[in-house]
Amino acid sequence: MKLLTTLMGAAALVGVSTFANAQANPALIFDLGGKFDKSFNESSYNGAERFREETGIDYREFELQSDAQREQALRRFAQQGNNPVVVAGFSNATAMSIVAAEFPDTDFVIIDMVVDAPNVRSVVFAEHEGSYLVGLLAGMASATDTVSFVGGMDIPLIRKFECGYFQGARAANPDITLIGNMTGTDGSAWNNPVKGGELTMAQIESGSGVVFAAAGGTGRGVLQAAADAGILAIGVDSNQNFMQPGTMLTSMLKRVDVAVFNAFNDVNNGEFTTGIVAMGLAEDGVGWALDEFNEGLITDEMRVAVTAAREAIIAGDIVVHDYMSDGSCPVE
Amino acid sequence: MNNGIPKWVDVVLIPLLSLILAFMVSGLVVLSIGKDPIQAIKLMVYGAFRLNDGIGPTLYYTTSFIFTGLAVAVAFHAKLFNIGGEGQAAIAGVGVTLIMLAFDWPHWTIALFVGVIAAAAFGAAWAAIPAYLQVKRGSHIVITTIMFNLIAGSVIAYLLVGPLQASGSLPESSRFPSAASLPTLHDILAVVGINFDRFSDANITFFIALLAAFFVWLLIWKSRLGYEIRVFGNSDKAAVYAGISPVKITMIVMLISGALAGLMAVNTVQGQAERLVLGAVEGAGFIGIAVALMGRNHPVGIVLAAFLFGALTQGGVELQFEMQIPSQMVIVIQALIIMFTGSLENLVRMPVERLFSRFKKGAV
Repeated sequence: MKLLTTLMGAAALVGVSTFANAQANPALIFDLGGKFDKSFNESSYNGAERFREETGIDYREFELQSDAQREQALRRFAQQGNNPVVVAGFSNATAMSIVAAEFPDTDFVIIDMVVDAPNVRSVVFAEHEGSYLVGLLAGMASATDTVSFVGGMDIPLIRKFECGYFQGARAANPDITLIGNMTGTDGSAWNNPVKGGELTMAQIESGSGVVFAAAGGTGRGVLQAAADAGILAIGVDSNQNFMQPGTMLTSMLKRVDVAVFNAFNDVNNGEFTTGIVAMGLAEDGVGWALDEFNEGLITDEMRVAVTAAREAIIAGDIVVHDYMSDGSCPVE
Repeated sequence: MNNGIPKWVDVVLIPLLSLILAFMVSGLVVLSIGKDPIQAIKLMVYGAFRLNDGIGPTLYYTTSFIFTGLAVAVAFHAKLFNIGGEGQAAIAGVGVTLIMLAFDWPHWTIALFVGVIAAAAFGAAWAAIPAYLQVKRGSHIVITTIMFNLIAGSVIAYLLVGPLQASGSLPESSRFPSAASLPTLHDILAVVGINFDRFSDANITFFIALLAAFFVWLLIWKSRLGYEIRVFGNSDKAAVYAGISPVKITMIVMLISGALAGLMAVNTVQGQAERLVLGAVEGAGFIGIAVALMGRNHPVGIVLAAFLFGALTQGGVELQFEMQIPSQMVIVIQALIIMFTGSLENLVRMPVERLFSRFKKGAV
């Protein structure tokens, strides 16, 4: 028993001795799926890498392998004095609320979920604002006065994308026809490119000239079907313009990397705040993609209009309705 | 079969030498990514066995691996290759969840007892279908069990965004009633005055795993059914000649195997998460194959091999935390161990045997 306590004491000392002196000693936890998932995790990795390049401060990282490790990883980094501890992914909410209470002096950040604790920053994205901008572009670019939307799973978050998109399209063209479809009601709806393609073809038959896919892996089928039929398509989350060059109007960007970078940087500059942080257009949390694959499709007129709309939203002159605030959408 | 080498050489020395070889090659891999292999080994051992936060997770993983290892071993004694442990454990998790959410449990002992039965029953049921297809339709069990892993994954994905989903947007079931919460090793050891890692997920299921290992030993070597299983495994023709029904043996063996794999859910779903989440099994079903291979399908060997793989998993976590060595590295090390102890076993065995036979001649 004596030996046991001695050993544990020694181990505890080792734990404390790794305490670093730098102001920010950030740690980043990747959700299941791995660091290079071409999506969410990879985006947070890019943000952390940018911080390392700009400040020269290294960060620690951990790739979750199982649900059981969520608490372990959070606790471990907090114990060893890492600050802030950032984790992307809504599944970590339960673990974070437990661990954040154990380490009141550590700053925690969770992305895409709200954890109500005094030392947690919860980053949520204003997907409706970014969707509004791509909706505006779609409304202007559509040759048929009709635009359409393909969602993944029918959940409020995806309705939020759809509603913002429709509001933007209406703003560009008050008489435009709007078509929206959801791929399904279960998890497979995120990865069903065949059904995504079928829905898109049906929408094209109904006259759609631009289709916006907010459907995870299902989106591949949507973008493909649009390219095959020669109509325009809009990608989501990361810049997907390269996937079908020539028919990709743009992509709605969700900048998880900016959220991670800001979290690291704010702690480093002593400017860290807790509570809910909404990443909208003003914070560059959402936006639209312009690169060599779509610059030929974006006219000067469109560029001016979308820039003006962006500034008006930031200034508060245009308020984009958030579907998740009341579960309804003002445009149909 | 032993070619005259002592039993301890066969059971202890050869696996140990293979293990050392595997670690040496792993060291080279660590070196090749520019990290210090000696420090890596130290960290892995330290991380896996450290008293305040290492041995707890190690024992938690060990518990799961014992169950899945036993599941593979029991089937293997009848020369059936059950690689469906992953799916059987996943479906068993559904069974545990359904029963835990169905009642207000008065005490954890009852919840544990019922949880064990539910996990075993659902695991066995999921194994029964491939077993039936094998004996009646001749569909090979390797193919069907691996297909059933995928089906199980889809079933759970459906349940967690549909009927079993708790309110909210997370793909998770509701939390089990707190009275059903199993005692952790921290709770148990506190009774005898030991202050064990209070955050670890290791729980009472560890002892059930040891009991299951004992049960498998009784079954395979001390029971009539076990004898029939071994006869069938060694020669199905002889088994038929001796009046043993292949249909009966295949079905029974697969039911037991599926039940053992299913028991893993008591550890993960009931003991750790206390709710059903996506991906609760996390590859333990497949690691069970390696554990059975390394443990030579003997319960004692399986418990030891499960402990080794549990330590490797937790040690790998430590490598990631402290040296930022990617988690894939530990999979490489595990693969090397499987390679050296399994397929490359003769690399060590033959020289050792030669050495011993020369030694013997010299002595005589």
